Amino acid sequence: MPSPKSGFAWTERTVMADQPLLNAKDVSKTYRTGDTAGRLVLDHVDFALKEGEIAAILGKSGCGKSTFLRILAGLTLPTGGGVTYRGMPVIGPAQGVAMVFQTFALFPWLTVFGNVELGLEAQGVDREERRKRALAAIDLIGLDGYESAYPKELSGGMRQRVGFARALVVNPDVLLLDEPFSALDVLTAETLRGDLSELWSAKRVPTKGIVFVSHNIDEAVEMSDRVIVFDSDPGRIKAEIQVPLPRPRDPGSPAFRQIVDEAYIQITTHPSRQAGKAGGTAAPQIGIAYRLPPASIQQLMALLDSLSSEPYNGRADLPKLAESEHLSSDELFPLIETLQVLGFAQVGGGDIEATAPGRAIAEADILKRKQIFGEHLMRNVPLVAHIRRVLDERPGHSAPSARFLSELEDHLSEEDAQEVFDTVINWARYAELFAYDYDRAVLSLENP
Amino acid sequence: MEQRWGLPVVAWPARLRPNFWDLVALPLVIGLVALIAWAGKEMNVPFKPGEQIAISLDPWKLPEYGLRTVMRMGIALAVSLVFSLGYAAIAAKSRRAEKLLIPILDILQSVPILGFLSITVTGFIALFPGSLLGYECASIFAIFTSQAWNMTFSLYQSFRAVPQDLREAARMYHLSPWSSFWRLEVPYAIPQLVWNMMMSMSGGWFFVVASEAITVANQNTMLPGIGSYIALASAEGNLAAVGYAILAMLAFILIYDQLLFRPLLAWSQRFKVEAVTEGEGERAWFLTMMQRAGIFHFVALVGDRLADFWSRATTAKAFQERAERPPSPWTAWIDTAWVVFLVLLALYALWEVTSFVRSEIVLAEVGRVFLYTVATFLRVSVLIALASAIWVPIGVWIGLRPAVAHRAQPIVQFAAAFPANLFFPPVVYLIKTFSLNPEIWLSVLMILGAQWYILFNVIAGTLALPTDYQYAASNFGVRRWLWWRRLILPAIFPAYVTGAITASGGAWNASIVSEVAQFGPDKFEATGIGAYIARYTADGDFPRIVLGVTMLSLFVLAFNRLFWRRLYAVAEERLRLD
Repeated sequence: MPSPKSGFAWTERTVMADQPLLNAKDVSKTYRTGDTAGRLVLDHVDFALKEGEIAAILGKSGCGKSTFLRILAGLTLPTGGGVTYRGMPVIGPAQGVAMVFQTFALFPWLTVFGNVELGLEAQGVDREERRKRALAAIDLIGLDGYESAYPKELSGGMRQRVGFARALVVNPDVLLLDEPFSALDVLTAETLRGDLSELWSAKRVPTKGIVFVSHNIDEAVEMSDRVIVFDSDPGRIKAEIQVPLPRPRDPGSPAFRQIVDEAYIQITTHPSRQAGKAGGTAAPQIGIAYRLPPASIQQLMALLDSLSSEPYNGRADLPKLAESEHLSSDELFPLIETLQVLGFAQVGGGDIEATAPGRAIAEADILKRKQIFGEHLMRNVPLVAHIRRVLDERPGHSAPSARFLSELEDHLSEEDAQEVFDTVINWARYAELFAYDYDRAVLSLENP
Repeated sequence: MEQRWGLPVVAWPARLRPNFWDLVALPLVIGLVALIAWAGKEMNVPFKPGEQIAISLDPWKLPEYGLRTVMRMGIALAVSLVFSLGYAAIAAKSRRAEKLLIPILDILQSVPILGFLSITVTGFIALFPGSLLGYECASIFAIFTSQAWNMTFSLYQSFRAVPQDLREAARMYHLSPWSSFWRLEVPYAIPQLVWNMMMSMSGGWFFVVASEAITVANQNTMLPGIGSYIALASAEGNLAAVGYAILAMLAFILIYDQLLFRPLLAWSQRFKVEAVTEGEGERAWFLTMMQRAGIFHFVALVGDRLADFWSRATTAKAFQERAERPPSPWTAWIDTAWVVFLVLLALYALWEVTSFVRSEIVLAEVGRVFLYTVATFLRVSVLIALASAIWVPIGVWIGLRPAVAHRAQPIVQFAAAFPANLFFPPVVYLIKTFSLNPEIWLSVLMILGAQWYILFNVIAGTLALPTDYQYAASNFGVRRWLWWRRLILPAIFPAYVTGAITASGGAWNASIVSEVAQFGPDKFEATGIGAYIARYTADGDFPRIVLGVTMLSLFVLAFNRLFWRRLYAVAEERLRLD
């Protein structure tokens, strides 16, 4: 890693002590969908980034956390509320705020050096200065020797290092990280996280605050001082968890695990849906345009099998289950949500418990499984029931997919509608509730 | 740190010292400068309409003629580049401009090259009275029209396809729109653009005869060049001269390829976003020379410093990037007003054209022209079907053998550039000797240039088929007809459709030069819209040219919209390999 003699010329800024670096007040964002009112992705979000703080925003995919980060960055404007950076309203990307992207977003035709230098060039920094600072940043992030390499010659981890060097070279006050490690393999991500933590705690970067978007609970707890849990549909802040652990943190320590547990509890609690359902025995009621998570049947069944057998016997601690099933938290959540929606499991207090039908389906043979699955689909997923009813009523027992897609698009974006539709088709095919002809885009009751 | 051509370099004086490569580079550079100076002088000689430039069939004149032709093509290519950058940038950036510019481009693409030439030539001549320059400009413009449109389309599509994360990175790091155009959008578009420039060049060669024969007020002027040489050789029935012309063309296409397109292709590899796959690593000696010779490093350094100065001068005025604003309620109204305006404009233009055409032409002739177009349409359809039946199996055969495919590629490219006029002698000879029906046998000329696109794309499509599929097919004993039906045909379908679209466009365009064929005293004509336009172009009858060109464009547009685009959508949606 970096050598201490790196000639980084950090500029110290004087700031008012208690003024937040970034301040989002009452931020809302609506995306237009078709000609209807539009879909609310962010609902009255208040957030302040204090100096010297790393804040992690945690939530399921599609909960609006990336949109929120882009609003903080000034890449998109909110439809309601506003963001200030050091008291100034953010109306576009501000000087002093840098971003690292999930997909790296490096210019493939520029070398590592060229990519790092780009931001300085845009600021009009002169050639010598640019060269000095770019080399220092490359040195700092552990990329020396790779200056003349093109991004496509590098591994994912090295590419993301370029992404960090490019961000750090402009001496940013605030660093925005958009799932920076999620495109990397586990080991690489761990190393890079460690290096970043080290730079941060040793104060070798001038950055005063970091906002960090993630869907991985362990990662969020490891990196941040504060975890903000986002609820989805619409995205809003559901909970805040302080992480008062000293760095470097040990993910195996009881204190660490306890915070992870708490995050699991927060993220799996649905205040809106469980209201008025004391005990929560029945499956949560969902609407017709509920954004069904794209869970695979194979994984669902495998998870139910494990849950019903030793050592869990029907009840498991979520972090433990994730670990034993080799699922990261972001892989686990869609499955758990699906089990909940279908009424095969209940979640509470960071634990998951299989319901009676859940145990039954785990023990059943393949045909019986399909039957139980189908019954629960009809009962608990209004969209499936609706499609089935339409097909039953129609004389030819078939209907074009566009009919249902356009209904979904009244509530969801075009892509989300398609995703939900695909998920439903996938599930219904398994349960043999109805068939779908891809070529003609027609749903029908007959099976070939 | 290694320096690379065309990128910001860090000063490294040792690199600027002359070396072996300079021995090659210096004469080339000096030669190029001298050539430009000479051609500039030649283009601007005094000339009055009605005069004749003597074209000689002496083969020793061919290098000179070739250089003249090559200069025109080079200039046209440069103009096309500038035009397409501007046009595509505006179309991609402004939603409202897009509504106007893209349909116009669609129409321009379907207008045959001769149509442009005959309609615009008088304007160019008036621009430079008493000089040959006006004629040269008209010729360059004609070449430009055979090159620019597909380059523009490729740029427009690339600009639209720039990945969102790269755009966001550019904005996040405060690149001004100007520098993000040059640092992000143009580099992203380069690989596709270079490819299309090569195709454009082939198009230019294909029409080389048409673009060098300028007809004004029934006066036919032949500009010095290979095209005029070919035209004269055909008119005089001089077979030897036709042979020399073929050799000269081969040489010039080869030189262009070596000095311009090979280096460009090799250089453009770096702009590809995805990793370069094996076999794509293009080598080009000319590029190596440019990368090594000190003189080019000096040029690069100067260019780089200038660009640096320019970018600092433009960023100095504290550029503030703005976030994307949500559309205001007025937007919808302005959009509607804009569309209404465009529709009115189109109606007005239609009325103007109609009244212009109606001034001389009766309705019955419009009906006849329609029938001519139907005749050409039938020809194009049958020929595309025939060419497919022949070239798909051959293309698959070649594509399954990568070693053969690698060697076939430049040959196919050359074949596509071969002007139809060069095939007049054998075709005319055969028709005459065997008393064949010109209505049928002249059609062959139409597909000669266009068929290669089908072959080319089928080869590419077959090459792209993962070998796993072939192994699986042979593992399950899938053979013969079943193998074609279930494996190869679906696998190459998207590539085939792309090729067939290009081929069909090419065939339509070629109808003008291929429905009338002449060699020596023998002249044959087929019934069709191409012959109609060619005849009235020679007469300078504007209302009829406009009528013919409009009818042809309408057919091409309708054919593309109703048939090819839909087929393409199906291919894209259903049969992609990923």
